[in-house]
Amino acid sequence: MTTTAPEAALHSVPALLARNASQYARLTAYREKEFGIWQAWTWAQVADEVRAMALGFLALGMARGDHVAIIGRNRPALYWSMVAAQSVGAIPVPLYQDAVTEEMAYVLDHCGARFAICGDQEQVDKVIEVQESVSGIEQILYLDRRGMRKYDHAQMNWLMDVQSEGRAAETRLAPELARRLAEQDYDTTCVMLYTSGTTGKPKGVVLSNRNIIETAKASCSFDKLGFKDEILAYLPMAWVGDFIFSMGQAYWAGFCVNCPENATTMMSDLREIGPTYFFAPPRVFETMLTQVMIRMEDASPAKKRLFDRYMAHARKVGGAILDGKPVSGGDRLKYRMGEMLVYGPLKNTLGLSNIRVAYTAGEAIGPEIFDFYRSLGINLKQLYGQTEASVFITQQPDGEVRSDTVGVPSPGVEVRIAESGEVFYRSPGTFVEYYKNAESTASTKDAEGWVATGDAGFFEEGTGHLRIIDRAKDVGKMADGRLFAPKYVENKLKFYPNILEAVVFGSGRDRCTAFINIDLTAVGNWAERNNIGYSSYQELAGHPQVLAQIQSHVEEVNASVAQDPMLSGCQIHRFLVLHKELDADDGEMTRTRKVKRRFIEEKFADLIAALYSDATSVYTETEVTYEDGRKGALKATLELRDAAVVALAGQRMAAE
Amino acid sequence: MLDQPAEGYVTADGRQIGPVVLELKNITLRFGGVEAIKNISFDIREGEIRAIIGPNGAGKSSMMNVISGFYVPQEGEILYKGYKRRKMPPYQVARTGIARTFQNIALFEGMSVLDNIMTGRINLMKSGFLKQALWWGPASREEDEHRAKVEKVIDFLEIQHIRKTPVARLPYGLKKRVELARALAAEPQILLLDEPMAGMNVEEKEDMSRFILDVNDEFGTTIVLIEHDMGVVMDLSDRVVVMDYGKKIGDGTPDEVRGNQDVIDAYLGVAHE
Repeated sequence: MTTTAPEAALHSVPALLARNASQYARLTAYREKEFGIWQAWTWAQVADEVRAMALGFLALGMARGDHVAIIGRNRPALYWSMVAAQSVGAIPVPLYQDAVTEEMAYVLDHCGARFAICGDQEQVDKVIEVQESVSGIEQILYLDRRGMRKYDHAQMNWLMDVQSEGRAAETRLAPELARRLAEQDYDTTCVMLYTSGTTGKPKGVVLSNRNIIETAKASCSFDKLGFKDEILAYLPMAWVGDFIFSMGQAYWAGFCVNCPENATTMMSDLREIGPTYFFAPPRVFETMLTQVMIRMEDASPAKKRLFDRYMAHARKVGGAILDGKPVSGGDRLKYRMGEMLVYGPLKNTLGLSNIRVAYTAGEAIGPEIFDFYRSLGINLKQLYGQTEASVFITQQPDGEVRSDTVGVPSPGVEVRIAESGEVFYRSPGTFVEYYKNAESTASTKDAEGWVATGDAGFFEEGTGHLRIIDRAKDVGKMADGRLFAPKYVENKLKFYPNILEAVVFGSGRDRCTAFINIDLTAVGNWAERNNIGYSSYQELAGHPQVLAQIQSHVEEVNASVAQDPMLSGCQIHRFLVLHKELDADDGEMTRTRKVKRRFIEEKFADLIAALYSDATSVYTETEVTYEDGRKGALKATLELRDAAVVALAGQRMAAE
Repeated sequence: MLDQPAEGYVTADGRQIGPVVLELKNITLRFGGVEAIKNISFDIREGEIRAIIGPNGAGKSSMMNVISGFYVPQEGEILYKGYKRRKMPPYQVARTGIARTFQNIALFEGMSVLDNIMTGRINLMKSGFLKQALWWGPASREEDEHRAKVEKVIDFLEIQHIRKTPVARLPYGLKKRVELARALAAEPQILLLDEPMAGMNVEEKEDMSRFILDVNDEFGTTIVLIEHDMGVVMDLSDRVVVMDYGKKIGDGTPDEVRGNQDVIDAYLGVAHE
């Protein structure tokens, strides 16, 4: 990083913006596809837009310490509104835009937001509904004008109008803005983010400028990110990762943030932009791979043969070439041929041609999936982090990438393993506190700044890489005292393309059972190719041939689980395929798509009871929530299947 | 019928309804010996949503075709913006600011969504066939302008993700939306929608209703629609014309029509209360 301004002064995001506006004035800072064309803004233009917005906020009476809720999809103006809020000393609180009204009401009430900035009419409607029960919101601002004309604008403004007012009030309000900007330092709150909360109510994680900027600084130098990089901002703005990548790192390194046209065009926008730095949860990589494989199934035999042949070669040497390991000249030549014929075009189709660094995190990624991307020459790595750490706890350095570890501690981060096996960390990125929740703050972060992750893990001997086993509180004991680690088994199941989600039960029981969710894309395609008709998810999920397939997957997983003497008790004895997809709208998952185990155990208690009985089928009625918030009921009779397990008890006794 | 001031009025939800823009006077349409439309008169006001309902074979689509100029009635006259409309082919009617969608989707199946919508602007293009074919100077500039307008429509109807997809590959609900987009691209003053919601599921109907209201609200477009779904008609429209066997048997606000005994008997069935 070369910087002209003294780094000591760069203690807030608005200060970074000021630096970029002078240092990278004519470089592109933001792009957004609108009306079919990529519209671009330079850093100088962004600084101007943000300033106008900040002045407008002052005109509306935004005070120091006010919370400003930001609700919408990734759009440049919404990112600017966060910086504008910071400029006047307010605290931006980005929220999940797909949250239903009750969830939003809790958060808006908890943070006491005075201002809500909404992407469009849909979000405005939700906030207005929230206002019936929550009184704090005084002003609603919106970005997309569509459908907004008839609303009562007494306490509502179009964001662009706010900017024009700000521009008009430049002379009057500029001194006040300068004062507010000067007050920012390293300990000012930069942002407040709500954790998705697999248990209980969401908690507001307060992150200071120090947390965000130090983290951005360290992680940019770790991967040598610079102003030439490009990123696609498509993950929820409320998620800490997006804040670090699209705000922290982008403002620190001065790289360009590209916003897709809308959620459904993400894949084609990705292809048009060809980012150099990319983050995606494992699910996105899985979906991409599934689509490639489905399309290859439909390709002509010659193409299919070519693809299979070169992919086999890529699997053999691709990863080694990427890691800079010695590979014979012949293999290199063949790989280069493959690059021309298969890998290059494929990467281009996926929009991954220019990737220098790609990360995945949040869930375990299947080794086949991980290796597939690496063998193509895409530098896909894993990191481990959480909101409370401003993302980074550990990450994989180039050349030391494997699918079963999460890497070494990030620069500036200390990690230790407690005796219980739980992972603790301490870093400059460690959060300040949970907002209005001293109790939780105290139980998570101790006086010396060590934070409990809630995950159980261990450092691998020799390499010093961290391996995560499971959520510490999910790791339990079975009735006979054997170790129960549900995630370990679930991940193995989820690596099958047919299986979207799995939930394993068995804590305190004598044997393990599982719920399975099929992947509609993969199974649906299979059904189509095999002339199997179905009219609904439920019907497909209950099809005997599908059940047989899933059963064979479960049995394969059992065999693989049995290899590990410590975890062999986790083999699945009985399972069922759920009649509905687990959904965040029904509270079964978090917005970041993590399974809420306790909730599912309660909600589907009847199904679990049936799994532990002798019944072969069970009738159930489940309440579902539609996207518009209405509720309905699903009725289904589910088949319960027994899966073969590998008996190891005898061997274990012999070994002991 | 409700008495409304000639110069226009404001609806309960704050929309401005203007004076009469299209008036049909004593229209009679015959196919040989069959009288499809029998001496019907009604008017359409600027900015309103006007529904035409009636059982199958009542003559609704024929009425739509009369308005769009596809059929020429044997008797009666059409007053458009105060002037009597002379006999003219449908493409000239379209040039006067009347666009339509069809009951059975009439898109170019092999062309992309974008190209289909671009055809909606054909009447607004100034450069001739030869210049366009050669893509020469003003023609290419003009196309850019039209493309920009089309992109606004694509954004409005939220079909960005299928911009480059051939229409043949789209599901039915989206095709309907593309057809609406093509009609909107012509920047009409009056938009004729022939059963825009036929064959749609509840969610698609909700979407389409929202788009129709938004079109009316954002562009002030006058909308004439034929629809079978009574819930949709009663919720959307300002005034409803009811037809049966080619005759007009009711005309008024949804509430008036709902209470009209002729309508109840002929169309909605006999009341049981």
